[in-house]
Amino acid sequence: MGGGLLSGRDVEVTFRGRGGRPDAKGVDGVDIDIAAGEIVALVGESGCGKTTLARTLLGLERPSAGEVRYDDHPLRYSTRAMRGYRRQVQLILQDPTGALNPRQSVYESVAEGLRIHHVVDRSRKSGQQVNESDLVARALSRAGLRPPERFFLSYPHELSGGQRQRVVIAGALALEPDVLIADEPVSSLDASIRGEILALLLKLRDELGLSVLVVTHDLGLAWNIADRIAVMYLGRIVEIGSTEEVLGAPRHPYTRALLSVVPEIDQIEPVVLRGETPDPSRIPSGCRFHPRCPALLDGTAADRGIAEECVSRPLQVLPATGAHRAACWLVD
Amino acid sequence: MAGLLDIQDLSVTYRTGGEDLAAVRGVTLSIASGESVGVAGESGCGKSTLASTVLRLQPKNAVVTGQVLVGGNDVLTMRWGHLRAVRWSDASVVFQGALHSLNPVQRVGDQIAEPIRLHDAYASKAQAQSRVGELLEQVGLTAARARSYPHQLSGGQRQRVMIAMALACRPALVVADEPTTALDVMVQAQVLKVLTDLVGELGLGLMLISHDLSVLATTCDRVVVMYAGRIIEEASASTVFAHPRHPYSAALAAAFPRVGDPAARFAPAGLAGDPPDPRRLPTGCCFHPRCPIAIEACRTVDPPLESVSVGHPVACIRAGEPQPAIPVRAAV
Repeated sequence: MGGGLLSGRDVEVTFRGRGGRPDAKGVDGVDIDIAAGEIVALVGESGCGKTTLARTLLGLERPSAGEVRYDDHPLRYSTRAMRGYRRQVQLILQDPTGALNPRQSVYESVAEGLRIHHVVDRSRKSGQQVNESDLVARALSRAGLRPPERFFLSYPHELSGGQRQRVVIAGALALEPDVLIADEPVSSLDASIRGEILALLLKLRDELGLSVLVVTHDLGLAWNIADRIAVMYLGRIVEIGSTEEVLGAPRHPYTRALLSVVPEIDQIEPVVLRGETPDPSRIPSGCRFHPRCPALLDGTAADRGIAEECVSRPLQVLPATGAHRAACWLVD
Repeated sequence: MAGLLDIQDLSVTYRTGGEDLAAVRGVTLSIASGESVGVAGESGCGKSTLASTVLRLQPKNAVVTGQVLVGGNDVLTMRWGHLRAVRWSDASVVFQGALHSLNPVQRVGDQIAEPIRLHDAYASKAQAQSRVGELLEQVGLTAARARSYPHQLSGGQRQRVMIAMALACRPALVVADEPTTALDVMVQAQVLKVLTDLVGELGLGLMLISHDLSVLATTCDRVVVMYAGRIIEEASASTVFAHPRHPYSAALAAAFPRVGDPAARFAPAGLAGDPPDPRRLPTGCCFHPRCPIAIEACRTVDPPLESVSVGHPVACIRAGEPQPAIPVRAAV
C-alpha cells in the first residue's frame, strides 16, 4: 500500500487536557506520502499541527490512532527499532544557534551522531572500515562547507548564521539518511542567506536522492523548492497537490487567503482572516474552517445552497494520492 | 526642511574592548507626517541601532555624531527632562518580541495606561481607562482585553498591545523595529494592516524596520536599504522592490520570491558570502566581496549615494550604466 517512502495513514495525535480541560487534537486524521527524492512542503499557521505531524513522522510522537509507515512497514517504537529509524530520517531544526552546543567544535557536533550509532565500530565488524574524520569531512563538504578541514576546530560562535545551519545539516547528512525533515529551516536566517540554504536542500535532493519534508509558513519558500504542497489547518490537511496546482490554482478558501496575504507589490486584495487558528481542543462542527471562511461569510456558500453543510457536515480525510484535492464543500 | 523626523549625517560607533565597531555610518533620512518609510537590511547592518538613536535609547558605549531632529529638536543634545517628554508623546518605539517587552504579571490595560499616567498628571483613572479601551479598539482588539495578562494573549494580540501602548500618548512618529518578524503570515497581515490604517487615519509618521523587503514594499511609501551601516539605495517602495538598481537591493528583493514566478521555481535567490564584520569592513565598496557585478574599481572606490533618477539615490559605481541585469540566483 501507499506510494510513499515515508507515509502517514489516518494519523491522529491527541494531547491530554490538563486541569479538567478537554483533550486537544493536534493532528486529527491525516494521510500523507513522501516519495523517494521528493520535496514536500507542509504549510499552515502556527498551531495548525504541522510541527506535531512532523514530529509524529519522525517517531518523536506516537499517534493516538492511525500509523506511520516507512519503506512499507509500520513504524515500531521499541528503543532498538527507533535507533535504526533515526538514522534513516533526520530532523533539521529552525534555529541553528540553539541546535548546536556552543562548547562543541564543528567536528564534535557532526561526529556525535556517528558515535551514537556506532558507525565506525560497525564498519570495522563488517570489514569495510571507515574513518570517522573522512565521514565528517564528507558531510561538511556535502553541506557546502569547503574545504571541510578548515571548519573542524571552529566553534559555533565563530561561524555566521548560514554556516551554522550548514553544520546542522552536515550533522544530519553524516548518517546518510534517506529523508530530511526540516522545520522552518530558514526562518531565523538573514534574507540573503536563505536562498543558499534552500539551494542546498535542492542540491541534496538532486545529487543524493534525499526526500525532504519542509515544515513552513512561508509560501515563497514552498514555491522555491517544493514538488508538492500540503496545506494544513487545525490538524487536517485541507488542500494537497503539486506546487503549481496548489499555489497556481488554489481551491480551498483557506489556501486562497494564505496566498493573498503574501506581501507582494502588485497585490491582489488581501483576504485577512479574522482571528487566529482556533483551539484544537474545540474543533468546530462541520468544516473546521467555517467560522473564519470568507466564502461562508460573504454568502457564496449560501448562494450555492451548501451553507448548512459547511456548518454541520464533517468532511472526509483527503486521500494521499497524487491528485490535486481540497477538503471544502464548495469544491466537490 | 522641517520634517517630523530629520536624521542628518548620523554615525554611531560602539566602543567594545579596544575595538571600535561602526554600526551606522553617515545616515541621512527624513520622514514627514502621514508618511511611512521602510528601512531594509540584514542583521548587523545598523538598522536597529538607527531606530534606537531616534529616542536616544542607544547603549552607553555608543559614540554618536550627527543630528537627530524630532519635531525640530535635536534628541541627541536635549536635556534629560525634555527627552523624557519627547519619548512616548512625540515619538515611540515598537520593538520585536512583545513577549519579552510586556510585564508578565501586570494586566495589559495597566501597562498601556502607564505612559498616559506618567505623561499626563491630570488624567484621572477613569479617563486613562477609557483611553486604553479606545486604543485597544484602534488596534483591532476589544476593550475587555485590558483585563488580560500577556500570557492569555496570542503573539499577534501581544504585538497589537505593544502598538496600542506606543500610541498611548498620541505620538506623531512611531518607530517599529521588526514588529512582525516572529508572527505568522496571516497575523503579520493583520498587524501590518493596523499600522498602515493608523498612518492613514491619524497622519502618523512611521519608520518600519524589517529584513523582509516584500513586507516594506507593501506597507511603506518609501524604502531605504542599508548595508554595513550605510544607506545604499533609497526610492519609492515599488521601485526598490520591482526595479532595484543596487545589486544588494536586487538580492534582497529576490530573496522573497513572487509565488507563481516561473523564474523562481527551483531557483532560490541568494547571495554568496556573509554580511561583513563591522570591525573589519572591506575596502572600497563594502559590498564588493559579495557583489555579482563587482569590477576592479569596486575594491578601492567607496561610492557615494548619487541619484540615478529623481528621488532615487544609489551607492554603486555601476548604477549609472543602462540597467545591468543583476544575477540573483543562489549558488551552493
